[in-house]
Amino acid sequence: MSWDYFLNHSPALIIVIPLLAAFATPLIGRFSRKAMYIWITASLALTEIFSIILLYGVHTGGTMVYVMGANPYNLSVPPDSGGIPVRIILTVDSFGAFMAFTASTVALAGGIYSIACEHSQTGQEKYYALLLLMLVGMLGMVLTGDLFNFFVFLEINSLASAALVSYRIDKGVAVEAAFKYAIISSIGALAFLFGVGILYGEYDALNMAMIAQRMKFTDLDKIVMALFTVTLAMKAGAIPMHYWVPDGYGKAPGGISAMLVTASQASLYGVFRVSFTVFGLSANTLTLGWFLIILGVLSMFVGVTMALIQHDIKRLMAYHAISQTGYMLLGVGVGLATLGTAAFNQYGLAAMEGGIFHIINHAMYKGLLFLTAGAVIYRVGTSDLNKMGGLAHGMKYTTIFFMIGALSIAGIPPFNGFASKLLIYESVYQFNPLLSIIAMIVSILTLASFVKVFHSAFMGPKIYDVKEVPKSMLIGMCILTFFIILFGLFPNIAMTYLVGPAAKALANPLEYIARVLGGGA
Amino acid sequence: MLLNLPFITVVIIMALGLYAMLFKRNLIKIVIGLSLIESGVNLFLVSLGYRNGGIAPIYTNAPSTNMVLPTPQALTLTSIVIGVATTAMLLSFCMVIYRHYGTLDSRKVRRLRE
Amino acid sequence: MSKIVRTQASFLYTFILIFGFYIVAHGHLTPGGGFQGGAVIATGIALVVVAYKFDEIKRRIKKTSLTAAEGIGLLSFIIAGISGIGVSFFYNWLANSGLLFGESVPYGINPGYLNTAGTLPIMNLAVGIEVLGGLGVIVLYMLHFVKGGEGNAA
Repeated sequence: MSWDYFLNHSPALIIVIPLLAAFATPLIGRFSRKAMYIWITASLALTEIFSIILLYGVHTGGTMVYVMGANPYNLSVPPDSGGIPVRIILTVDSFGAFMAFTASTVALAGGIYSIACEHSQTGQEKYYALLLLMLVGMLGMVLTGDLFNFFVFLEINSLASAALVSYRIDKGVAVEAAFKYAIISSIGALAFLFGVGILYGEYDALNMAMIAQRMKFTDLDKIVMALFTVTLAMKAGAIPMHYWVPDGYGKAPGGISAMLVTASQASLYGVFRVSFTVFGLSANTLTLGWFLIILGVLSMFVGVTMALIQHDIKRLMAYHAISQTGYMLLGVGVGLATLGTAAFNQYGLAAMEGGIFHIINHAMYKGLLFLTAGAVIYRVGTSDLNKMGGLAHGMKYTTIFFMIGALSIAGIPPFNGFASKLLIYESVYQFNPLLSIIAMIVSILTLASFVKVFHSAFMGPKIYDVKEVPKSMLIGMCILTFFIILFGLFPNIAMTYLVGPAAKALANPLEYIARVLGGGA
Repeated sequence: MLLNLPFITVVIIMALGLYAMLFKRNLIKIVIGLSLIESGVNLFLVSLGYRNGGIAPIYTNAPSTNMVLPTPQALTLTSIVIGVATTAMLLSFCMVIYRHYGTLDSRKVRRLRE
Repeated sequence: MSKIVRTQASFLYTFILIFGFYIVAHGHLTPGGGFQGGAVIATGIALVVVAYKFDEIKRRIKKTSLTAAEGIGLLSFIIAGISGIGVSFFYNWLANSGLLFGESVPYGINPGYLNTAGTLPIMNLAVGIEVLGGLGVIVLYMLHFVKGGEGNAA
């Protein structure tokens, strides 16, 4: 049980701990509720510690390879197999470790928040078991190196989050939202499985590195690339496949809306992984990059204009989540379009770093905004902006957290939204000035709609006589605010340790393939 | 032509499932359409592994060693399990929607708009 | 349902259970395994619920015992996977070792030997118990309002 053992086995342990906790939660919850709360908090904190250990391991040792069921643990190509990786391989590079850190931080905040928010509901042990299973799905999606394993974890993620969106069955609308979400996720996952089947039939391999090495880019591969990109962009909430996002995010319980943001970003990780690593060496990256750029620009613009006219607080924030996803697609799309040319080192790598930095920033501030909206709904009882007013008199801390979140999403210094948006504006301007101008206009409209929400919910004369929300909800919001202020005041900490290695690892598929097929270690 | 027959069947089943999902209004018929699309994808996965003259890939009392590929069968089994769980969850949603809305017509189950 | 159906259902229920457990136990030799055997046993439960009225079955097959079976099955599966974590996750430390399921398997065509394949039969049993619990609870909840038909089916 030495430090070396934990460092080498951390890709497996980070999936085992929430899985074991999820399976044991219904039994513990039946006996004592307080023991269940302590069990949940301990397992979420332990997952966070292991994600930091994973970040350290990838930063010092390069891409980590873990083979499930092999002796020793990193024997990816057994000597008697003829050069073919035979087992399910977890391949963790810097980008995967970065996404795992994001997912476990938001899950920790959402889990602690849910302890107070769902305190008076029944069926709580199943709620927490499903929350931990959703975390397992997200972590599995970002850490695996095998296409069918990605599909299995994608389905675990979709089913657990659909069941959690429908948690409040006493109001029937949540079940209607969850029905739409489950049908659309299932069709998407089946299209993904169809693509995996086509690739298996052509190349007789399911490992991402093996397929990337054997890829010849025939016409069937073009069909598979279209299937993969559109399906995973649909699960991430890009226009024109966004119809589940306002319903799904709007009717979920408070802590779950924050975690649905990272679930969508795990699918965005899937888009980038498939575009850069599986198809990156042989496809025409200019065409694929422009496709991602167009999806991004459409998402940004349609998302923010639909958000201006909403009068339900959570649907408004859900449309903003769509528009911020557009920023990430724009940044990484510019990086993909310039991959391999000389312009990549001038501005392409910076655009990719901006897009990837925006992933963690968006998870933090959008999670904080959803948690404050959940706090408002918890005290007032309705989510309609026309009926709220004057909440700043009673709920002081919630108002401050909402202000921090709203200034972050609009890109105002010194919060973290400014750092990543500035990177995206400057590097995309050198690629094509029109895209950067559209991004700036969208940012202004974002600020406008959040001023509207702040004014109608928190300012004004006192209508409701409300107290502050319970402590555990405030602790959940504090965790996310800490990272917002840290990345806003010191963005170079994030750039050197988190974002820079992630962008370099994503843009370098040859090293990924060599690490898996060269026998690991 | 005879060897392409499973793939033509896959296309027909998936087209029927897509038709049921798009044009039928009852929520249970939408779930049936989804189940048809799942069956089509499972049939596609199993028929990828066929080799000419092969038998089932089991070594217990096998007549010969000319076997079809076993990996797509494992993929299909996982997909069937996921399909069972999804269908059970969707049908439970239909039961709760019927209890709250009183109808299963998808044009009337529309309290969430815009 | 009529008397013929009720008699045959209670007679066949035992055989369906035995057949389901046979499929679960021989998962590493013949087609089958955890999920398939558990689904067969859940079908047996569905047969009995449809043949009798739900109120009579409610006393014999309880939802709490099926939920407990599901929990126990899940925990045994993950503990069987973790037990070899010293080497790697899901490491098959019982195969070829001479302990519980540890004989060596000869290459090529053989009559199947039950005592082989290490942690695989243990995981099959755990998944079988879990699936019969899970699918049994789903079947009981969905057939909640089945009342038997009056008299004989003419």
